[in-house]
Amino acid sequence: MRLHSPDDLKTLQAELCNNGHWTGRTLIIPAGTCGRASGANDLIRKAREELLRGEFAHLIRVRVTGCHGFCETEPSILVEPDGLFYPRLKPADVGRLVEATARGEIVEDLVWLDRETGARIPHQRDVPFFKKQRRTILSRSEQVDPEDIDSYLRNGGYSALLKALEGGDPAWVLQEVKSSGLRGRGGAGFPTGVKWEMLAKQPSTQGKFLVCNADEGDPGAYMDRSILEGNPHSILEGMLIGGYATGATDGIIYVRNEYPLAIKHLHIALEQARGLGLLGENILGTGYSFDIQVVQGAGAFVCGEETALIRSIEGQMGEPRQRPPFPIQSGIHGRPTSINNVETWANIPIIIEQGAEVFAETGTEHNSGTKIFSLVGKIRNTGLVEVPMGITIREIVHEIGGGPVGNAEIKAVQTGGPSGGCIPASRFELPIDYDGLAKAGSIMGSGGMIVMDGHTCVVDVAKYFMGFLKDESCGKCFTCRKGTQRMHEILDDITQGRGTHDQLDLLEELALVVKDTTMCGLGQTAANPVLSTLRYFRDEYLAHIDQQRCPAGVCKPLITFSINENCSGCQACAKACPADAIYGERKQRHTIDTSKCIKCGTCRSVCKRDAVEVA
Amino acid sequence: MNGMVSLTINGLVVSVETGMTVLEAARFMGFPIPTLCHMDGLSPYGACRLCVVEIGEAPRARLVSSCTYPVEEGLIVRTASRRVIRARKMILELLLASCPQSKIIQDLAAAHDVQQQRFRQEYEDCILCGLCVRICEEQMMAKAIGFRNRGEKRSIGTPFDLHSDECRLCGACMYVCPACQLRCTYTEPEKAVCGGCANLSPPCIEKEPFDDMMCYMTPCVACEIQKD
Amino acid sequence: MEAVVDEREVVAIVDRHNAQCGGLIATLEEVQTVYGYLPERALRVVANITDHSLVDVYGVATFYRSFSLRPRGRNHVCACLGTACHVRGAPMVVEELERRLGIRAGETSADGEYTLETVNCLGACALGPIVVVNGTYHSKVEAASVKKLLKKTQPEAARLASEPKVAVSSL
Repeated sequence: MRLHSPDDLKTLQAELCNNGHWTGRTLIIPAGTCGRASGANDLIRKAREELLRGEFAHLIRVRVTGCHGFCETEPSILVEPDGLFYPRLKPADVGRLVEATARGEIVEDLVWLDRETGARIPHQRDVPFFKKQRRTILSRSEQVDPEDIDSYLRNGGYSALLKALEGGDPAWVLQEVKSSGLRGRGGAGFPTGVKWEMLAKQPSTQGKFLVCNADEGDPGAYMDRSILEGNPHSILEGMLIGGYATGATDGIIYVRNEYPLAIKHLHIALEQARGLGLLGENILGTGYSFDIQVVQGAGAFVCGEETALIRSIEGQMGEPRQRPPFPIQSGIHGRPTSINNVETWANIPIIIEQGAEVFAETGTEHNSGTKIFSLVGKIRNTGLVEVPMGITIREIVHEIGGGPVGNAEIKAVQTGGPSGGCIPASRFELPIDYDGLAKAGSIMGSGGMIVMDGHTCVVDVAKYFMGFLKDESCGKCFTCRKGTQRMHEILDDITQGRGTHDQLDLLEELALVVKDTTMCGLGQTAANPVLSTLRYFRDEYLAHIDQQRCPAGVCKPLITFSINENCSGCQACAKACPADAIYGERKQRHTIDTSKCIKCGTCRSVCKRDAVEVA
Repeated sequence: MNGMVSLTINGLVVSVETGMTVLEAARFMGFPIPTLCHMDGLSPYGACRLCVVEIGEAPRARLVSSCTYPVEEGLIVRTASRRVIRARKMILELLLASCPQSKIIQDLAAAHDVQQQRFRQEYEDCILCGLCVRICEEQMMAKAIGFRNRGEKRSIGTPFDLHSDECRLCGACMYVCPACQLRCTYTEPEKAVCGGCANLSPPCIEKEPFDDMMCYMTPCVACEIQKD
Repeated sequence: MEAVVDEREVVAIVDRHNAQCGGLIATLEEVQTVYGYLPERALRVVANITDHSLVDVYGVATFYRSFSLRPRGRNHVCACLGTACHVRGAPMVVEELERRLGIRAGETSADGEYTLETVNCLGACALGPIVVVNGTYHSKVEAASVKKLLKKTQPEAARLASEPKVAVSSL
């Protein structure tokens, strides 16, 4: 079926709503990459079996969606319309759950258990992880089956496009995006409306490009994957609106190939949208034409940089080039190109639907809307959190994230990936926005937020990022290629206990020059992990240098493993030790032969009594 | 679009043709800027970063490579500010640490008062400036060599490290090399061009006997030295 | 074990992608899907029939991490080294994998059974450390659970060693 006018689309939406009207309950099972990795597929199969077996199909339906954000508790089930949240389910629990749901009951012992109060919390909205969030984008992923355009349409999908097209005035759309104050969610925070206006003003006889940058390379950030997997049509709709506002003719979604499920869902979405006439020539009979294609990356962090991304789309090595000319002036094949991040695109339909004013009410001045962070690392509740801009780090880490794991103390969060920096716990009252994070020596980045506790060594983390960057640098700029290698070399010396004070000074001096003299964003921010950790955690560096000691117990050459009096002599560690370095009689305290120990940490991970110590 | 633009270089207001780079404009006005990867007649590349200059005004001043940055109306350029000098010295220190045997790098370091380098000494024979790649493609129209890999594994050479059918053994790559490397030696010396004389630096001479190689220069200084 | 390259197949792959944006990368990706890696012969064919020179094709093939110029093992083990996995102990998992398989990350075992690779982030950060074995994601992997993980793959050599003892002795 092809839709030939805006009215056709409205009719279809109305039909879908009527026919699909469902008074029963729905089991929503998130099955993004993370859900599948933790066994969501088994849950889905089991749920369907149970529905058949108990003949509940007229009462309950199953909806498979993308990731909802609370990945750590997956596989999970959300029961609509009640909003009941069942975390960490085993297939064996599904039978009970289905039966109770059919009776309209709650399975008390399967719902969220609050560890502090010991209370059971049945409703998702009351669970601390969800309570403080403002889930504008992520909540849509709960409603939509990503492989079915009807499901998107039923939930008001493509209404924003309809509103834009029916208005008949691209300038109005542009103005809405501008007044919303939306800033690029990819990291730099450039106002999206301003970028679009520049694109709209560019003369071009051969057409203009809109690109969705889904080369989410920052390790530790995965909100883009979640959106693409869970709600691909929202990106298509955003781009269609963007094309209408700016006069662009072609859209490209550049996805990293590490996201196979996102790529699959995008292809399905494109095909379905094209089939309905929502993409291609003369969309909905309005004379507006726009088409989108998916281009796959091949594994290169630097391709997240705009000019490198363009090179990659052109089929070349992803080497950044000098700006000016900016992509807006001369991008893909020399044509004007505007590149926006996935999360930015996901915000566009929301802005048009709600209106710019309503959108701008969320967040703070100059930082409107919500931002999705991926809260990971040494924290109790890990997952994607969507919060209004301006919320403090403390609220995210302690209230949403539930604080540290076990008895450890959180000492810092790392934001912005390899281009960002560490923010120490003493500055957790900092409201999160583009400018505040930059002042604290980090960046917003795409929204990775990695929590570090007392068992995380900041020198090791800085070394990790430098190791990452020396591999991921394209290698063109001498100072980026050699600078990251030399910084890594010095950090390696420090973590091996060979570092000197002179080297520390040299590291700082070099870091500033690398920041100054490289061409693209990768090099210019490459020094941030070093500079920010030096700024806040110099004492940890000094402990490595002066005392040959790693306070966090991470840097292998500086630590020794030993077994304390907690040992019950269960022999689990001795059996697991790959180096045969642990000996001791059964039921006697064991000993580690330090000359054989390879410090792999296996003993510590198998010990159930906390008997393995690191010093 | 062959108009003129005016910009300020080191406090001097100058008027130059549009389309020029900052490097060309500065050199035209007589301000020296050191370069390694730049060569007239080859496209600008911006790899060595030695030619950085400071543009704009505090607090938004920043360093850019002058060889790739186009002149703009009203641009303010400083070619030897403290920030520029500090960066240049560090770049030279890094170069010395990796490629100490190059006469060109040694001379540049001396000229910029870089007396020592503080990193672990390496002896590499390529700084990946890409002059050879560009001369091969742009002047010799061969495209026999190119960049491979990325990051710290980046290198220059032929595909699969095999003798290239496109290579005409012209020797241009060795002629332009500032770091002095014997290129195109592959596994068969008789198919390779001797580059010993192009840079006249000791590591090359120690590397291989040149007897079997084709020589495009007579008399060959390198061979003469070796005979002694 | 160089793969035998059917030129017509490569030509067909090029035809499918060449006209599009990102054509060269898409072409190489499909070649890799067909052969498991990028054989030299295939790259030469691609260079011959497109307007990319061999230098460009080779440059792209070596620049991007997902391309391999060497044949890969029958079992593909890929460990995530993203930041979240790193702080939760992924380096120890990789070391354990290296020790058990007897190869370094990026290498293929001599018997062609295993290829061990690392990736910078798979985007399943809440469940780290992640190890993908032959396309199946395993979450919260520890050094101690590596042994069990590898058991799930069935090495050809081990199968042969356990089955045909009789056959061997009768020869």
